[in-house]
Amino acid sequence: MTDAAVHAVNPDQQVRTRLSGRQICKSFGSAQVLFDVSIDLMAGEVHALLGENGAGKSTLVKILSGYHQPSSGELVLDGAPVTFHDSEAGENHGVILIHQELNLAEQLTVEENIFLGREIKRGWFLDKATMRQEAAKLLSQLQCDVDPKTRIRDLSVSDRQMVEIAKALSKKADILILDEPTAVLTGREVDILFDQIRRLRDQGVAILYISHKLDEIKAIADRVTVLRDGRHITTEPVAGLEKDDMARLMVGRDIKQMFPDRTPGHAGDVALSVRNLSVDGQVRDASFDLRRGEVLGFAGIVGAGRTALMEAIIGLRERSSGQIERNGNPVAINSLQDAKKCGIAYLTKDRKGSGLLLNMEMRPNLTLLALEKFGRVIIDRKAEEAALEAAIEAFDIRAADRKSKVGDFSGGNQQKLLLAKVMETDPEIVIIDEPTRGIDIGTKSQIYHFIGDLTNRGKSVILLSSEMPEMLGLSDRIAVMAAGCITGILEGNDRNEHEIMRHATGISGKQGVSVHE
Amino acid sequence: MNSLERTERSASSGFTIDFKALGPFLALVGLFILGTAINEAFLSGGNLANIFTRAAFIGIIAVGATFVITAGGIDLSVGSMAAFISGAMIVVMNTLVATLGAGIETVLIGVVLSIVLGVGAGAINGLVSTKGKIEAFIVTLGTMGIYRSLVTYMADGGTLSLDFEVRGVYRPVYYGDVLGIPVPVLVFFAVAVAGYVLLNMTPFGRKCFAIGSNEQVARYSAIHVDRVKTMTYVIQGLCVSLATIIYVPRLGSASSSTGVLWELEAIAAVIIGGTMLKGGYGRIWGTVVGAIMLTTIGNILNLTDAISNYLNGAVQGLIIIVAVFLQRGDWRRKKSK
Ligand SMILES: Nc1ncnc2c1ncn2[C@@H]1O[C@H](COP(=O)(O)OP(=O)(O)OP(=O)(O)O)[C@@H](O)[C@H]1O
Ligand SMILES: [Mg+2]
Repeated sequence: MTDAAVHAVNPDQQVRTRLSGRQICKSFGSAQVLFDVSIDLMAGEVHALLGENGAGKSTLVKILSGYHQPSSGELVLDGAPVTFHDSEAGENHGVILIHQELNLAEQLTVEENIFLGREIKRGWFLDKATMRQEAAKLLSQLQCDVDPKTRIRDLSVSDRQMVEIAKALSKKADILILDEPTAVLTGREVDILFDQIRRLRDQGVAILYISHKLDEIKAIADRVTVLRDGRHITTEPVAGLEKDDMARLMVGRDIKQMFPDRTPGHAGDVALSVRNLSVDGQVRDASFDLRRGEVLGFAGIVGAGRTALMEAIIGLRERSSGQIERNGNPVAINSLQDAKKCGIAYLTKDRKGSGLLLNMEMRPNLTLLALEKFGRVIIDRKAEEAALEAAIEAFDIRAADRKSKVGDFSGGNQQKLLLAKVMETDPEIVIIDEPTRGIDIGTKSQIYHFIGDLTNRGKSVILLSSEMPEMLGLSDRIAVMAAGCITGILEGNDRNEHEIMRHATGISGKQGVSVHE
Repeated sequence: MNSLERTERSASSGFTIDFKALGPFLALVGLFILGTAINEAFLSGGNLANIFTRAAFIGIIAVGATFVITAGGIDLSVGSMAAFISGAMIVVMNTLVATLGAGIETVLIGVVLSIVLGVGAGAINGLVSTKGKIEAFIVTLGTMGIYRSLVTYMADGGTLSLDFEVRGVYRPVYYGDVLGIPVPVLVFFAVAVAGYVLLNMTPFGRKCFAIGSNEQVARYSAIHVDRVKTMTYVIQGLCVSLATIIYVPRLGSASSSTGVLWELEAIAAVIIGGTMLKGGYGRIWGTVVGAIMLTTIGNILNLTDAISNYLNGAVQGLIIIVAVFLQRGDWRRKKSK
């Protein structure tokens, strides 16, 4: 307790340590992922936890909240040692964790999920009216206009995350831990979340916040703890740290160049041309050209129809009209198989739901999309192993055990595996939806340079991203969508945040602009 | 009984090495030891041949079921399908005796008919459930009733009997042997080997695993999900047809009670063998062992008076539950706590 008080940033505010982890070690099987990590969470403070993918952040917070048991070390709650046998015990002591991966029952409604396991009852029966009211109140606090009666499976990922947050808020946390809550949120939603975090902090809740977005850490956190390879590197006030400092502490070296060099005007012939493509109720009359060796960004607010447009191009969604040409020849793409034959690959943003087989190991996941490459009659195991070897090397996938289930990987390593899986088909055109969701800054830079290499080799990339720096740093041109229409394609000096926002909100640009240059 | 104890102890140290993979084999070894202990006659060549020959029916069907279940489906219609195919074979072969005589041609036509019917019935199950987007459980529950009533209709409520002469020609398919190994056992072995290769070494098998694990991921991995799923039902139908081809000369008859509850025995064999009922993981050798275990239990109960033969189902049921419990692996963690 006393040495915790020395850490305090606001001595006048009478800071109090609520929950501490002392000398926490954790091993899974033979792989040790945490080494003697200590951390103090204080009332009325936002504490950030930083570290590369696989550094052990999620593992640490799962231990703090009772989902995992430490291999050694102890938890201290309000000065007394405590053991949480399971997450329920943690919650009973006021420790609430919002997991990195969504944990909602897809078939149940929003209100049923929020009160799952803690249903409000009147006598022997569920008090649905009260639960609905409470759910609506929580959601409106988060300015989330989702109907409590909708089923989770009908919600977008960002809305699902808001429901997770509403659920956590409803539990009246004393210690709230958020594991990458903003990875799937839009800018507006992040602001709303931050307002809520500040409100809770001012009420004296101790908050632990994990994110790979260093801007957010600067904006919201008071202190930051950095982990590297499962070891505690430092804990210090955020005020004295610049983003570069944090990146260096995390990665252990300087990151010199975040983005690859983009030499303007290196783009070649048109590789893909989309004309007047529409999807009922989602996309109207979209036309654009994609050139060889270029990165074409697609910006827009959530719901603008970017993903729908892309899924329509690759045959995963039905088109109501429109033509697609590859290298000037019309092609009929009615399924993902057709798209693959045309050399188009798609990297989904939903890595858990539609990207990876979480119950399987790496090898079958890596080769699933390009299976025929490994033998049409009998699968060549040796070739698969070699491909895995190469992918681990090329994408710097860090897995303690190659045979463990992909579901046990850290989020960032899953993302790298997904990228490797898509690249296994050696596509000419890659459509990438949110490539760096949940990825640490060092790896991000690796992925950016990887995309740069692709285009240098004459491949084309379509990039969908909600991260502005990524959009601006990588794209040669940026198509902006609003309400299902491409409202403009920005080039040269027009490629800036201001223009993107003007087009994305429909202030500027025509509807269904055609793009003949 | 010293040797028995020793073997059991060494078996239990095997549990900790890889219980999940070895479990069914060890359990089968245990059953064989138990059988020998109860009656020396258990290990006689005749009895063993009997066990394996009987296991062949359920085993061949269960190999097909392994594909269906691994890809996340289920087929409840296999028992009725077998009855229907037997009935149709008998009716057609009996009719052919008038024109072709009771020769090998008649039997061959019967065999071809069986394969056509099996593949067709499987394709119907698969197409209706994938194209019609109806749960496989419901579709195969429906076809189960349909095939069952078709055979009852064909037999007019009674029993269809194969022409005596044809039966004479057909007989070796069940009662014959090659180098002392009964023909059904050879067929069983061949089906198992083919199934193993198909499930574990080919792109098709890999796709079954993927679809059973997560259909959405499979779809996003450019897999023709409907096509692969339908193929698993076709394979299942083909396996049922092969099992029926062997079954017909054994009894030489078919009735409404032919093949009753075979679907449950097949599913039980698959699950005992370590395949996951919810899909995504399948093991052909486990299935083979599972089928042999089920038959062995019945056989042992026949050899002893300690437990009534009528309790066969109860013992089988118990073994299924215990097998699945042990495979989950939780019990070990609980013990260490
Ligand atoms: N249940 C598990 N079984 C085996 N290994 C695990 C398990 N959970 C985590 N790991 C391993 O522990 C290491 C740390 O993972 P963790 O999820 O804590 O990382 P992280 O810092 O949260 O990374 P990210 O930023 O990518 O989310 C990884 O190497 C991961 O593979
Ligand atoms: Mg994590």
